[in-house]
Amino acid sequence: QQRQKLKKCGGDEKRVDSRTIYVGHRPCPDTEAFIPSKFCDNRIVSSKYTVWNFLPKNLFEQFRRIANFYFLIIFLVQVIVDTPTSPVTSGLPLFFVITVTAIKQGYEDWLRHKADNEVNKYPVTVLEDGRSVKKESEKIKVGDVVEVVEDETFPCDLILLQSSREDGTCFVTTASLDGESNHKTHYTVPDTEKDLQALPATIECEQPQPDLYKFVGRMHIYKPEQEPAVRSLGPENLLLKGATLKNTKKIYGVAVYTGMETKMALNYQGKSQKRSAVEKSINAFLLVYLCILISKAVVCTTLKYVWQSKEGQDEPWYNQKTQKEKDTNMYLKMFTDFLSFMVLFNFIIPVSMYVTVEMQKFLGSFFITWDKDFFDPEIQEGALVNTSDLNEELGQVEYVFTDKTGTLTQNNMEFIECCIDGFQYKHRDTRSELDGFTVTDGPVNKLQQKAGQEKEELFLRALCLCHTVQVKEAGSEVLADQVDGIDGLLLPQPEEERGFIASSPDEIALVRGAMEYGFTFLGLESKSMKIKNRENNIEEYKLLHVLNFDPVRRRMSVIVQTKSGETLLFCKGADSSIFPRVRPEEVDRIRMHVERNATEGYRTLCVAYKQLSAEEYAVADTGLREARLALQDREQKLMAMYNQVETGMSLIGATAVEDRLQEEAAETMEALQGAGMKVWVLTGDKMETAKSTCYACRLFQRGTELLELTVRTLEDGRLKREEKLLELLRDYHRRAVQDAPPVKAGVTRSWSTANQDYGFIIDGATLSLVMNPPREADASQYRSLFLQICQNCTAVLCCRMAPLQKAQIVKMVKNSKGSPITLSIGDGANDVSMILEAHVGIGIKGKEGRQAVRNSDYAIPKLKHLKKLLLAHGHLYYVRIAHLVQYFFYKNLCFILPQFLYQFFCGYSQQPLYDAAYLTMYNICFTSMPILAYSLLEQHISMEILLDNAALYREIANNAMLRWRPFLYWTVLGIFQGLLFFFGVRFLFSNPALQDNGQVFGNWSYGTIVFTVLVFTVTLKLALDTRHWTWINHFVIWGSLAFYVFFSFFWGGIIWPFLKQQRLYFVFANMLSSVSAWLVIIILILLSLLPEILLVVLRKPRGPHSRQVYLFLPFPF
Amino acid sequence: MMASSYSAKEEDGHHSGSAGLGGAAIRTRKPDNTAFKQQRLPAWQPILTAGTVLPAFFIIGLIFIPIGIGLYVTSNNIKEFEIDYTGTDMSSPCFNCSQSFSWNSTTPCKCVLFFSLDQPFESNVFMYYGLSNFYQNHRRYVKSRDDSQLNGDQRSLKEPSKECEPYRTNENKPIAPCGAIANSMFNDTLDLFYIDPNGTKTQILLIKKGIAWWTDKHVKFRNPGGSNPNLTAAFIETAKPVNWHKPVYELDIDSENNGFINEDFIVWMRTAALPTFRKLYRIIQKKNNMTPTLPRGSYSLEVTYNYPVRSFEGRKRMILSTISWMGGKNPFLGIAYITVGSICFFLGVVLLFIHHKYGNRNNSSDVPN
Repeated sequence: QQRQKLKKCGGDEKRVDSRTIYVGHRPCPDTEAFIPSKFCDNRIVSSKYTVWNFLPKNLFEQFRRIANFYFLIIFLVQVIVDTPTSPVTSGLPLFFVITVTAIKQGYEDWLRHKADNEVNKYPVTVLEDGRSVKKESEKIKVGDVVEVVEDETFPCDLILLQSSREDGTCFVTTASLDGESNHKTHYTVPDTEKDLQALPATIECEQPQPDLYKFVGRMHIYKPEQEPAVRSLGPENLLLKGATLKNTKKIYGVAVYTGMETKMALNYQGKSQKRSAVEKSINAFLLVYLCILISKAVVCTTLKYVWQSKEGQDEPWYNQKTQKEKDTNMYLKMFTDFLSFMVLFNFIIPVSMYVTVEMQKFLGSFFITWDKDFFDPEIQEGALVNTSDLNEELGQVEYVFTDKTGTLTQNNMEFIECCIDGFQYKHRDTRSELDGFTVTDGPVNKLQQKAGQEKEELFLRALCLCHTVQVKEAGSEVLADQVDGIDGLLLPQPEEERGFIASSPDEIALVRGAMEYGFTFLGLESKSMKIKNRENNIEEYKLLHVLNFDPVRRRMSVIVQTKSGETLLFCKGADSSIFPRVRPEEVDRIRMHVERNATEGYRTLCVAYKQLSAEEYAVADTGLREARLALQDREQKLMAMYNQVETGMSLIGATAVEDRLQEEAAETMEALQGAGMKVWVLTGDKMETAKSTCYACRLFQRGTELLELTVRTLEDGRLKREEKLLELLRDYHRRAVQDAPPVKAGVTRSWSTANQDYGFIIDGATLSLVMNPPREADASQYRSLFLQICQNCTAVLCCRMAPLQKAQIVKMVKNSKGSPITLSIGDGANDVSMILEAHVGIGIKGKEGRQAVRNSDYAIPKLKHLKKLLLAHGHLYYVRIAHLVQYFFYKNLCFILPQFLYQFFCGYSQQPLYDAAYLTMYNICFTSMPILAYSLLEQHISMEILLDNAALYREIANNAMLRWRPFLYWTVLGIFQGLLFFFGVRFLFSNPALQDNGQVFGNWSYGTIVFTVLVFTVTLKLALDTRHWTWINHFVIWGSLAFYVFFSFFWGGIIWPFLKQQRLYFVFANMLSSVSAWLVIIILILLSLLPEILLVVLRKPRGPHSRQVYLFLPFPF
Repeated sequence: MMASSYSAKEEDGHHSGSAGLGGAAIRTRKPDNTAFKQQRLPAWQPILTAGTVLPAFFIIGLIFIPIGIGLYVTSNNIKEFEIDYTGTDMSSPCFNCSQSFSWNSTTPCKCVLFFSLDQPFESNVFMYYGLSNFYQNHRRYVKSRDDSQLNGDQRSLKEPSKECEPYRTNENKPIAPCGAIANSMFNDTLDLFYIDPNGTKTQILLIKKGIAWWTDKHVKFRNPGGSNPNLTAAFIETAKPVNWHKPVYELDIDSENNGFINEDFIVWMRTAALPTFRKLYRIIQKKNNMTPTLPRGSYSLEVTYNYPVRSFEGRKRMILSTISWMGGKNPFLGIAYITVGSICFFLGVVLLFIHHKYGNRNNSSDVPN
């Protein structure tokens, strides 16, 4: 039955789980009535704003940020209450910040509008009433039959109805969707009429959902006087908007999802925001400063009223209140006084810090993309930064979770050997031997023996048939420039030159392996696979079913029919998923090989087959077809059917494929461990394979004692699994945690030879036992034991992991005590969950498509780049931003402290010490550029040294520069300098006759002297901290000071018509004409910086790198 | 945050353009190998070590100590005489005046104080008046002025700024100069007499020009009506500040020192930084090289007591001071320089000691690592 409902665009459609589409909007004979259902149009709206709602919406968004909101409140208080500083002082910076952000966002939105328009107005051809009509893309409606020609992108999600290719396929690249640039084959709906104009059909399909790789639907084709034919539709029939048609002249398709309901549009939803630890520190400091601010205001308000209670102080004859002031209620006045003090001191919380931090992050992240060391000539790409929020987090990583395949290893598969019926076949490059065959003696093999010819050929046929590889068509130039998944294989015979395209490199390796042994896969043409056998005869097989690979089943199968009519099922998959499904007596012979191969670090696959009788096949065929047509729970039904079919097979052999280590994988891992990071390998691979990779990567070393917690170690006759698990956990805990001496910081592994290194191995099954023990009560105990063991191991290997388990592990570590910073690195779709889970997610631009890259925070071409990314970039970013944050709080503390102290001398009247211009410009102009330049360019230790000495990374571990102790140091420094500035000038002003003509200075001169000292001191303090003076640093540091002087002259040199008071008129110039002012400025600057210089000298560099390394921590721990 | 939206935009742009080779081909640009982008800009990498800082400490010490001594000596050589004439004491000659003060009295109360200078004042002498516990830096007070009125702006003359409240208008006429600062202008008259040993009194010539900042006198403060000498006409339709005895155009007979450009007024209008302050009142010019400006001996100070300070427990002082290149007498700078110089020198010595004693050992202890 068809359900129809009026649907709103993007509205909640949960109630209706399928939609019905009339192909070409033609009513179909079988349906009761043709009710054109409403779907949203094909307009893509990626823009956030329109011209009309930009201002209110953008402002609303901006003021939702707590900092902006705070400054808005301050501004409003200044407008409403009679406050010491004019609203301009806080309004101008706020306005500046808001405007800059608004312009940036507006510009980005304008670009989005432009891009949207380009897409929406793109001309497309639609078949309408038998004619081709040119339309704008946005006018496409669901049900339209759309024509797309080669190299065009699909304007919406289409069901492929007709292709210009004879075999009813078309090729598509989804480079712009998921970055996979290989060609994917899509199929037309089988048996559709050639005449699309009169195709009476409806399509029933699920509601739009964002998963690019899932689609379930059903097509009813109505024929006169016949039962409607039903065809199942899957992702292979769906052409996604954004993908490009390749290698196919023209296709027709019917639109099923349009506009914002296309899978591409649904995938635009942003990821959840990750916050860095630095941001948390900032917020904590902010709270402290807020407390300081409030207590300052409270102290001043209290003292004000104490002071005023004395007679004659509140309202002396020379300073009468206005009538309005006299009439105001006392408590209201106290409150407004409190607010006034808040406003006066509000600069202590710097609005500009947020802007600077954001600019620093945004601009700083360019250095990653610009780094030519991250450029990989092979894929012609460099690093990619998806978020700049986490730059500094790269310097704080404590746990690295890495995928194995494609990350530690190259995912560049090479067929090494196979084992047929228990006999080992190893191929050697030496072609002198007959048939390219050599038989070496396996440890248990009978010498020089071969399996029977029949078995051998069966095995090789299985390799040739059981896959989803496509043969690259000769002469197709477009294909030749594809990188992914293509392996041009050069055989001696030129006509045999062929390439293969496959989703997994393993499959290509296997097909090529079979080729070495004389069986060549020629291709798949209209459901028949052709193989050239050793006698150069072509064999043909009819491909009946493909039981696709999936990571849960970990195997795939094909059902083929031979010429002679036999129906065969070939299955290949991981040993653990094959062994239970074959006759047990066959297993032992093969198992030995598989395990030996795995220890050597090869990826092994087992191959099995089964002959299906006609009845068996009929059952399987109907079952599979039904499951494919199911609209609901199709996945589960298919899975059940697959499992049902893939039983009772007989094992014929196993293959070993080598996956080489990535370049410099071992060095990188060693560097990471040297930097104090704990490396965990999370892989779906077998334990033996993964273990050997770990040894190869030097994660495990010869001396490492391995603590194993796998299904095998849990197998104990006496005890139940849970009990054994607990026993093992306790045992390991005793060994690794209790007996081990406490790990001393600052000692790298190479020095701690005395300490026993532990490696921990766990597999997926055991892990799920640990995470979800049968008795819920044990969960926390198991988990904490497990965590403690892991934390004391230098390396942890988790094998046989499902993607979700990877994320589970990351989450567990992330939430453990001390909430360590985690980093996940991976290259495949199965790593996405852990990449999203970890604090920092790194994608490798590998061979398994782009999903990892798309979901990552940073993407790098190779694993080896991780070293520089963390040790050099991460370290520098952290130091830069930490210094930036501390410096900002410091400079605002010593900016506001004199103003606070001045209240004690002006009758707590909220008289500002500095002129409004200085108050406003201090953070915007005078002191902002040097710190920004510092925070972009500083290299307190040069990159080379950082890379050479991984241990340097430990010095900033645990947010070392933003903990309370450094914060206290900076705060004390700020207070010391603030006191010095104020009282230094205070003593000078005990006699205000400071000029040689006897004239006196007033309060604005006082403020200007303090301010001058302040600007010079904080700038020179930064200069003292700068270890890396490029010309830019010189320019901005000296430039800011020069600008300050210039601005002060300029500001005081003119009677400004828009100012109510000419407070600073010639104050600066007069100040400079006074020798005393000069002298006091010089001595105060020097005295302020003296402790800093002294500390630097007294804190002589210690440790192994004393000559190059300058310890920047105020108190190294 | 910024970068993420940036890349989203990039993806948006994708499906529209680049139909041919796909986006991948376009993005294959190799990063530029420039020093800036590779963070390899040539840089000066100073490292503060004992070696570099030690000489600096010694140099600072060696420079600062002489400067400090110079400052201290200079400050000590400045002669300063201070006399409090508030009249809070019964014994004080101004006691009566301070007690019987009333705003309405038309006859000025005068009192005379006698003092003697032990040392002659050789160079130009500057006469200051000092006030204590007078909060000229109170916010309500500081902002109670209208600078555009003082700059001669006609509109502000007729319509003074709101900031001048409650000293903005009087009897519906705008006050000129308006505001609390102007209203409370110091109006005691101080006259200085030298009493010869034989008893004759000679009045000392007090010069009232050159006591205000030149820019204030010539640019910031201007009378309304420009150079029109008839100030009375310029200030017509305005009221005098309520506490003043005379309107602003009668502050002086000299038209160059009358109205808003009266220097006493300008000096007063520059609000002091601290509640205890002094302001320049008069200058006593040195006559010739032979005689000191103020010889040793007895003097009398005749005060026309107009300015009440008793209500807020203020004090009034008259200060006579010579001036050096560093301004008035203030030992602070000299002491500060000597102290800092000595500290630097001392630190230099200590550091040198530490450096020599421990420096080598530190270096050698690094080797095993």
